[in-house]
Amino acid sequence: MSMRRYYEFVIEALIFASGIASIIFVLLIFIFLLKEGLMLFEHVGVFEFLFGKYWYPISEPPRLGILPLILGSLWVTFGATVISVPLGIACAIFIGEIAPGWLKEVLKAGVELLAAIPSIVLGFIGLVTLVPMVKKVFGLPTGLTAISGSIMLAFMAMPTIVSIMEDALNAVPRGYREGSIAMGATQWQTIRRIVLPSASSGIIAAVMLGIGRVVGETMAVMMITGNAAVIPMSFFAPVRTMTATIAAEMGETVQGSEHYFALFAIGIVLFAITFVINLLADFALHGKQIRT
Amino acid sequence: MVDVAEKIQVKNLTVTYAGIPALRSANFSVYENEILGIIGPANSGKTTCLRTLNRLNDLDPRYRFEGEVLIDGKDIYRRWNVFELRKKVGMVFALPTPLPISIFENLAYGPRRDGVHSRKRLQEIVEQSLKSAFLWDEVKDRLHESAMKLSGGQQQRLCIARTLALEPEVILFDEPCSGLDPISTAKIEDAMRELKRRYTLILVTNNTKQAARVSDRVAFFLMGELVEIDQTQKIFTVPKDGRTEGYISGRYG
Amino acid sequence: MKLGNAQVEQKIVFFFLFLSTLIILIPVILVLIVIISRGSSVLNWAFLTAMPRMGMRSGGIFPTIVGTFYLVAGTLVFALPIGIFSAIYLSEYSKRNLLTRIIELAIVNLAGVPSVVYGLFGLGLFVVFLKFGASILAGSLTLAVMVLPVIITASREALQSVPRSFREVSYSLGATKWQTIRYAVLPHALPGILTGTILSVSRAAGETAPILFTVAAFYLPRLPQSIFDQAMALPYHLYVLSTQVPNVRLELQYGTALVLVGLIVIANLVAVIIRSYFRAKKQW
Repeated sequence: MSMRRYYEFVIEALIFASGIASIIFVLLIFIFLLKEGLMLFEHVGVFEFLFGKYWYPISEPPRLGILPLILGSLWVTFGATVISVPLGIACAIFIGEIAPGWLKEVLKAGVELLAAIPSIVLGFIGLVTLVPMVKKVFGLPTGLTAISGSIMLAFMAMPTIVSIMEDALNAVPRGYREGSIAMGATQWQTIRRIVLPSASSGIIAAVMLGIGRVVGETMAVMMITGNAAVIPMSFFAPVRTMTATIAAEMGETVQGSEHYFALFAIGIVLFAITFVINLLADFALHGKQIRT
Repeated sequence: MVDVAEKIQVKNLTVTYAGIPALRSANFSVYENEILGIIGPANSGKTTCLRTLNRLNDLDPRYRFEGEVLIDGKDIYRRWNVFELRKKVGMVFALPTPLPISIFENLAYGPRRDGVHSRKRLQEIVEQSLKSAFLWDEVKDRLHESAMKLSGGQQQRLCIARTLALEPEVILFDEPCSGLDPISTAKIEDAMRELKRRYTLILVTNNTKQAARVSDRVAFFLMGELVEIDQTQKIFTVPKDGRTEGYISGRYG
Repeated sequence: MKLGNAQVEQKIVFFFLFLSTLIILIPVILVLIVIISRGSSVLNWAFLTAMPRMGMRSGGIFPTIVGTFYLVAGTLVFALPIGIFSAIYLSEYSKRNLLTRIIELAIVNLAGVPSVVYGLFGLGLFVVFLKFGASILAGSLTLAVMVLPVIITASREALQSVPRSFREVSYSLGATKWQTIRYAVLPHALPGILTGTILSVSRAAGETAPILFTVAAFYLPRLPQSIFDQAMALPYHLYVLSTQVPNVRLELQYGTALVLVGLIVIANLVAVIIRSYFRAKKQW
């Protein structure tokens, strides 16, 4: 009996340790980004890093301003959001409210399929199909532009937006719809006046998480945006995002160099951005209070 | 009924859920080898009272308890190990609750957790328990089929057998026939009368007639209060409290 | 009968909603068709089982498939036990208090960390600090942390869908808390846990950014011999072929993409089959 007690005590200790593992990993990620990233600021000021206009990491001395990269990320993210939010919301409404049973299942499977295709594959396909198309349609010297990245990322954000928003629509009680229909409203009036307002916090969360997905996307964006580290002036010019910079340059840095630390510092910025986005999305979904 | 052993003594039992009282200072005893029926309308505290006896209420974090419950003279909170207590005090739930595993595995679940692993011993236990619950003849050829394939009445007898497999001394029935047809109900009631010889039974029921049919004594609960407890015959013919009479006649009338 | 304005409006709106759905889903189908039609021309047994040759411009992709399998296995070894135990904590032990809320927020945030930041984290912790070097071990650990939130969420849902009565029955038969979880809850949650795990790990198999600095090798002449070796991996290989090596035949790239997507789709199908099989069998 005492043997069994001991065994159960050990198991329950493991369960508790695993329970708080998520907290530990978030902290570890934060600590290790800081550990390497903060070293940069012995050489470069925070202001100079965040708002410096020039990213010349291998010049002598290196210039490590990430303003072009932040703007690159913002630019691409903005474009992707403009495309994906209306389309994603429309698609979620169609799947969640309008499509009949069988079609709904088919469409949902399609969205899941999109989510299952790896970023690298979409990047590759974008590189060989979308990029030449953009070049031709807009008559540009190169198709490796912000607009290509935005289109690509819009697609990659779609599964997140559609599935979370569809959950939000599903959570609206059936009675709300029936009440409205019973008063003579059309299905669309019901959706617009009753269902969408009731699901608004879920829709906000869906959009936020979609944006979070876009900001953090790396491989596809690296392959098709051209990666020019200059302050972007147009959707039709090459840009370089923060994520792409880390992925493309980490392999060439010397461990312990300013450049190496700077890439970790970019990681801190990315981590902070997605942390805030996810926190806001979760508060939109669950509220700030502890559920009691 | 003189000189009967008191199997369970409930003293000043008060139970609250999230601060809301479910049972107020109940005092009663249960004698060895009797069937005590507990009747009363919904939310009268019957089930709460039952789930206190095997400490199943402990699973609800909102549950608070005052007073004393003694089984075999020992306080269930201070002197009983809770796992030993639950083996000693079996429970049959309102709806049949077979686990979605085979009949054999359902029966062996309790003994296995208790450390019985010999195949031969388990087979003996399974056979013996099924016989005691009058289910053996119906299932002996398909012990390894899923318990979910049994009818509702068979499932409920399986649950009784599953309890018996642990050789308990007290068995708690929480409205065991509420989902069953009259024939299945009759079979369960027969089984209970038979089990009384070896066990102490407590039967919570919504069905006053059932209490009248199988109980030796009956307790009537109303809004968390134990109104009256007496011989079945007395409760149904000359109740001391007007509320008891009202409830029973309402049911009959 | 004349349609009212409201009905006309509804028709128009629904048409545009449908159009939006098509705009999203038609490219998905086109992408798959392109990959399949152009990739299948190089897809044969030799392509799957031969080493790359001539600077990866011909030959097969065998080592990348092997590497991806090693990474998936390693990810499972680390993420599955922690994920299931963590879900057990949340489903069976945690009370609704501040700690639980913080754990939930941590899970949400882990799920939102960009994949390239996982790469940095793996580099900082596993490769450099713990001195595992760029290795299968470091890569698997990095991917394991990344898939953890998905496994936890799916497992927790599966555990919570097991009826409360199973637990009550088990306790009423004298079982302890762990026995109840182990024998009355976990077996019935397993199909759901399995489905969620397959889905998340198959996604991990397609990730490139987290393995860039933690395990992935540009080219290795032989297969990895231990968990401390680097490995080639399918997604990174596709990256290399399409951007790092000049003059690679496009068909070879499509073929690699086809194998990667094919493996993931097969894993997803397996998960769907498991799910529907147990749903049909489920009797509670």
